[in-house]
Amino acid sequence: MDTFTIAGRTFRSRLIVGTGKYSSPAVMVRAHEASGADMITVAVRRVNLDRTKESLLDFIDTSKYFILPNTAGCYTADDAVRTARLGREVGLSNWVKLEVIGDERTLFPDNEALIEATRVLVKDGFVVLPYTNDDPIACRKLEDAGAAAVMPLGAPIGSGLGIQNVNNIRIIREFARVPVIVDAGVGTASDASLAMELGADGVLMNTAIAGAQDPVAMAESMKYAVRAGRLAHLAGRIPRRMYATASSPVEGLVGR
Amino acid sequence: MTIKLNGEPYELAGPSTVAELLARLEIDARRVAVEHNLVVLKRGAFDRTAIADGDEIEIVNFVGGG
Repeated sequence: MDTFTIAGRTFRSRLIVGTGKYSSPAVMVRAHEASGADMITVAVRRVNLDRTKESLLDFIDTSKYFILPNTAGCYTADDAVRTARLGREVGLSNWVKLEVIGDERTLFPDNEALIEATRVLVKDGFVVLPYTNDDPIACRKLEDAGAAAVMPLGAPIGSGLGIQNVNNIRIIREFARVPVIVDAGVGTASDASLAMELGADGVLMNTAIAGAQDPVAMAESMKYAVRAGRLAHLAGRIPRRMYATASSPVEGLVGR
Repeated sequence: MTIKLNGEPYELAGPSTVAELLARLEIDARRVAVEHNLVVLKRGAFDRTAIADGDEIEIVNFVGGG
């Protein structure tokens, strides 16, 4: 079976899904099941003191899903480190999807702060999966800082634009000695397949599923898309040619 | 005494521990993480961490995110 391993932990699915933006917890639960994912991301926020809202953890079977807390919304290394430490003390995971955002409109990462926060958290015993630019050099620096995987964006978070810099993702995969997970920018199934065909070890998405008209059906399509892309990558595609090469024999044609 | 709880002023009748504060707020301690004056607490320390006037407490949990 084609499994993949990060920091010694092995996953059956190469699809990682989020928990944000769902119309209801029930839809989220069904989408998670349909996706076949076994790792899901969550955010760390202040509790609602009036207790009117149910807890997200009421809807997540933590014996089935591995929890990956994120530091979404953090704009400095200090805030990201603080949020990661709080997320760890909830007690489900010492892993972190590390985000240090550099700009509100694009949500592009601040690579300098990201590398700094990675260094601090790795030293503190975290398994750090940084969300980064599609920049092979930034990815290399994150790896040198101790990142357990690198997670280059395909396109801006929630944009659904698909992979904007196909060649960079390919180069990142070639450079990296840790798993490469394409995180953000997926809009539909073919985007996820392309990421996998390029050699990515996994794909992480939230909005593409939660924002679809039928999130459960889209989650299922993403399960197959990631598998299909992975298989195609392993199978080894044919080279691209400018002209046709006939599939049927050129000899024995009637009437020649 | 007044503390700052999740960024807002909050009145506490008297001396209290973090565990007592969570109980009063009806928050399940197993679902949250707590920061006391910028120090992240281990869950085992909740019932021996005393809260003093002016202290800053942050209580966080997991919410939906990507």
